[in-house]
Amino acid sequence: MSPTNRTVVVTGIGATTPLGGDAASTWEGLLAGRSGVKPLEGERFAELPVRIAALAAVDPGDVLPRPLARKLDRSAQFALIAAREAWADAGYTAKAGEDEKIQPNRLGAVIASGIGGVTTLLDQYDVLKEKGVRRVSPHTVPMLMPNGPSANVGLEVNAQAGVHTPVSACASGAEAIGYAVEMIRTGRADVVVAGGTEAAIHPLPIAAFANMMAMSKSNEEPEKASRPYDTGRDGFVLGEGAGVVVLESAEHAAARGARVYCEVVGQGLSADAHHIAQPEPSGRGIAVAMQNLLDDTGLKPAEVVHLNAHATSTPQGDIAEIKALRKVLGDDLDHVAVSATKSMTGHLLGGAGGIETVATVLALHHRTAPPTINVDDLDADVDADIVRDTPRALPEGTIAAINNSFGFGGHNVVLAFRTV
Amino acid sequence: MAATQEEIVTGLADIVNEIAGIPTEDVQLDKSFTDDLDVDSLSMVEVVVAAEERFDVKIPDEDVKNLKTVGDAADYILKHQA
Repeated sequence: MSPTNRTVVVTGIGATTPLGGDAASTWEGLLAGRSGVKPLEGERFAELPVRIAALAAVDPGDVLPRPLARKLDRSAQFALIAAREAWADAGYTAKAGEDEKIQPNRLGAVIASGIGGVTTLLDQYDVLKEKGVRRVSPHTVPMLMPNGPSANVGLEVNAQAGVHTPVSACASGAEAIGYAVEMIRTGRADVVVAGGTEAAIHPLPIAAFANMMAMSKSNEEPEKASRPYDTGRDGFVLGEGAGVVVLESAEHAAARGARVYCEVVGQGLSADAHHIAQPEPSGRGIAVAMQNLLDDTGLKPAEVVHLNAHATSTPQGDIAEIKALRKVLGDDLDHVAVSATKSMTGHLLGGAGGIETVATVLALHHRTAPPTINVDDLDADVDADIVRDTPRALPEGTIAAINNSFGFGGHNVVLAFRTV
Repeated sequence: MAATQEEIVTGLADIVNEIAGIPTEDVQLDKSFTDDLDVDSLSMVEVVVAAEERFDVKIPDEDVKNLKTVGDAADYILKHQA
């Protein structure tokens, strides 16, 4: 199908996060500056150097019927809950075809996860060792496969234009949304359900991340552990949950009279080619992604008033991102209200791009930038205007916002949104 | 002590309720696992494993395909239980 370069808009949002079981309660938590980080209780976490995480505020097992939940990895449970919310929020009342506003062959789904069904894999290995071959669940493979969340969301809404799962560690959710935008731009679909999910709070991933020296060990003060831009930051805090948006061509949204949150301006992509896990310290690759965004979409730095930073609370990564912002935006960075919402939600890995896109869309919609908490002593190298402690109003008129996501492997994904 | 057919159907109803969420009273002898009880081929493996444990019986994979209805399963278990 020939490229059409159609305008893409956001018509629905959904989320289940450490701050709340839906997008509204998550947004409320962000504005309140509430930390979702909690101690990890239980013997299996007792020996770990890291015993904190941002657990989902609402357990998905309390939301989904048990026969359904038992066949889904926790990451797919989160994705399905967020997707159902986004789908209803967009004004669809049934799956494609049954709701005649969208036909199945014009609907796609792109949901990503950084690690996939890791808890299913590990739990079923325990079953194999402790109870034997016969007891390993026949649902194990569909549960652990990384495309499981996307496939289950696709089944839920009857998406037949294509169901995809880009994987790029902590950039996965953002890459999924970028991929969805391209599906609509190129004419493959009119509507795409897109986002990211993650459920990796288990002793093994925590031990592994901790041994990389990537995680905060602030076990005594969980709510203070995630502190992007503060001089005392010592690594990220693992979070879980999902964020999903419904993207739609502007003409399709207009034809059905849909409420439009904002336009998706587009994406900028790059790769560091520097190290498998270390950030490139000058922010070179991030700057390339941002420049690609500006060049490809015509977005003007003067329009950008808000940025939801990747800022995971690691010593190197937070500064590399700021350097890239200054390099590309120049003096225009001075009018950008920068928010590091991971200070409250923790880091959802592949889910981060999903929930932070929801946060960015809501920031434009409500013209309010959420705060960054725990910046008690701002790092002198943070040469940007950080929104600290309380929300900040964004200007009137047409305004734009950026959501950054970067992943192990050197993947850089920059998404931009604009009010309509 | 071997279970009676009635006890087996009650047990299967509990298992199908746990796995597929079907009310126990709907699990009757003439009901098809796939067509009536929302038990797909993967979930059928779970039903079989749970039934094996509950009734102390072995149901080899090659026999599972013949268990179309609750009645088929109950008869099989009745005949093969230890």
